[in-house]
Amino acid sequence: MQLTDQEKGILDGKHGEGARITLSILVDLGELFGAGEMMEVSQVHIDSSIYFVDAGLEFAERLAELGAKVTVPTSLNPSAIDLERWKEYRVPPELLEKSRRMERAYLNMGATPTWTCAPYQGGMIPRFGEQIAWGESNAIAFANSIIGARTNRYADLMDVCASLVGKVPRFGLHLPENRRAEVLIRLIGVTHEMFKDQAIYPLLGLLVGEMAGDRVVAIEGIPQNAGIDSLKGFSAAVASSGAVGLFHLVGMTPEAQTIEMCLQGTRPKEVLEISPTMIRKAEQGLWTTKGDIVDLVAIGCPHFSFMEFRELAERINGKKVHSSIVFWVFTSRTIHGWIKNCGILKGLIDSGIMVFTDACVLRYPKETWHFNVMMTNSAKLANYCYSQTGLDVAYGSLEECVNTAVRGRICRRKSLW
Amino acid sequence: MVKILRGRCVVPGKCEGEIVFTSQPISFWGGVDPITGCVNDPRHELFGQSISGKVLVFPFGKGSSTTSLIILELARVDKAPAAIINLRTEPILATGPIVCKHLYGKEIPIVTLDEGTFQLLKTARHVVVDATAGEVIITD
Repeated sequence: MQLTDQEKGILDGKHGEGARITLSILVDLGELFGAGEMMEVSQVHIDSSIYFVDAGLEFAERLAELGAKVTVPTSLNPSAIDLERWKEYRVPPELLEKSRRMERAYLNMGATPTWTCAPYQGGMIPRFGEQIAWGESNAIAFANSIIGARTNRYADLMDVCASLVGKVPRFGLHLPENRRAEVLIRLIGVTHEMFKDQAIYPLLGLLVGEMAGDRVVAIEGIPQNAGIDSLKGFSAAVASSGAVGLFHLVGMTPEAQTIEMCLQGTRPKEVLEISPTMIRKAEQGLWTTKGDIVDLVAIGCPHFSFMEFRELAERINGKKVHSSIVFWVFTSRTIHGWIKNCGILKGLIDSGIMVFTDACVLRYPKETWHFNVMMTNSAKLANYCYSQTGLDVAYGSLEECVNTAVRGRICRRKSLW
Repeated sequence: MVKILRGRCVVPGKCEGEIVFTSQPISFWGGVDPITGCVNDPRHELFGQSISGKVLVFPFGKGSSTTSLIILELARVDKAPAAIINLRTEPILATGPIVCKHLYGKEIPIVTLDEGTFQLLKTARHVVVDATAGEVIITD
């Protein structure tokens, strides 16, 4: 790689050990992926903020101790815990202590305490075409695809390096030629009616992710009026079943106003189809539980938006969560402030719903909560549920989740596919 | 019979070990237990198998960007694969081994092979991985 004199100085240790280590890691990455030079990014989203394993804590504390500071606006993905309601969330002492140490390390480095996996719904919104370095697979897919900002799929640790250096190697999805769709996916027999059930979006996402693998795909047939939260669920699912950093929704996303545009004038290497039968099978495939027993309803993966809270409030509408069910919603501090201000929060609490901020449901404290079966409206959560939590899982729309929570037994809708 | 496969170095280093082969992509986060080093995704064909100290052969990574952290932690507790062989290695997968080198001074070499060569490992049991030279030597 061609490095500037300033970058060479950093590698020589002239700007401190923190800068030296982090730039060394970025340069190694660049060399491996054939980047010619480093380039500036204007915003970073750090996925590594969650306490998960000691290696992540060691890395953050070492850099913080070295006095490293972020050089560009930097948002943080969730913590392992609700940093304010940790008692209610029954956080064990060790997890609390380690999460506090993570918090201290990242805030000392100058990151913004957003603690959310949906920073794009909480004030950290990149522009179209902006060069950024984001971690968190759902946020990467959303920023690249829905907004048209440019980021590679930055891994945990690499995101921290990018925020401290303010630069990344110039390669991959930062370059327009690599944003071309290689695969075209068409929806066949998927009717307009089916899109009235929002549960279709995450299911399509799962199928698209599987078909895409690690390729850029274009999808034809998603309705123009798809809401931002549907696209969020789609992005999260795509990035959980595939290594997808960028997809194009033809006629909708900014780099795919036409099919020619996202194929950049070339022909697709492969054309694939999705049918209602495949959607039905994808949905069945998420279910690991049989019968109608459930003890946890968990939503907000990715973090719930204000509009999702409004829908939840309308659906629960004064009804009570059944005594056999724990009902959790996860969101950001920003959105929590809004629902508190307008009274939605109080109604939800009165119904027996627990609203947490900062945290990620996949990392809930398993020592202090004992569940067997979780129901969720997130295909990403359902996809990772068993391996991450050991719980069996049921997948349904928000409506089904609410009905299930009230009835105390899994409620199914009549499937539209 | 010893057979030498030529590929491309992604992360340098040299080691040898028993092969664990899968034609399915792997997400380390949500797919590999960072304490035991066993595959814990029930939908994966390697479910329950240990990858610690093995030469792990899979086409490419998938899923979460936390994969790097799992690999770093596996290395920290000495449960990491000895080496990784892919068709394609994306940056998320390479990050763990790169950071590992700078933070812990430990090597997890990665080599990529083309499709035809990759398939030869399906029936191999033991290999020497010389990632620096871009070579995989089948010894059994």
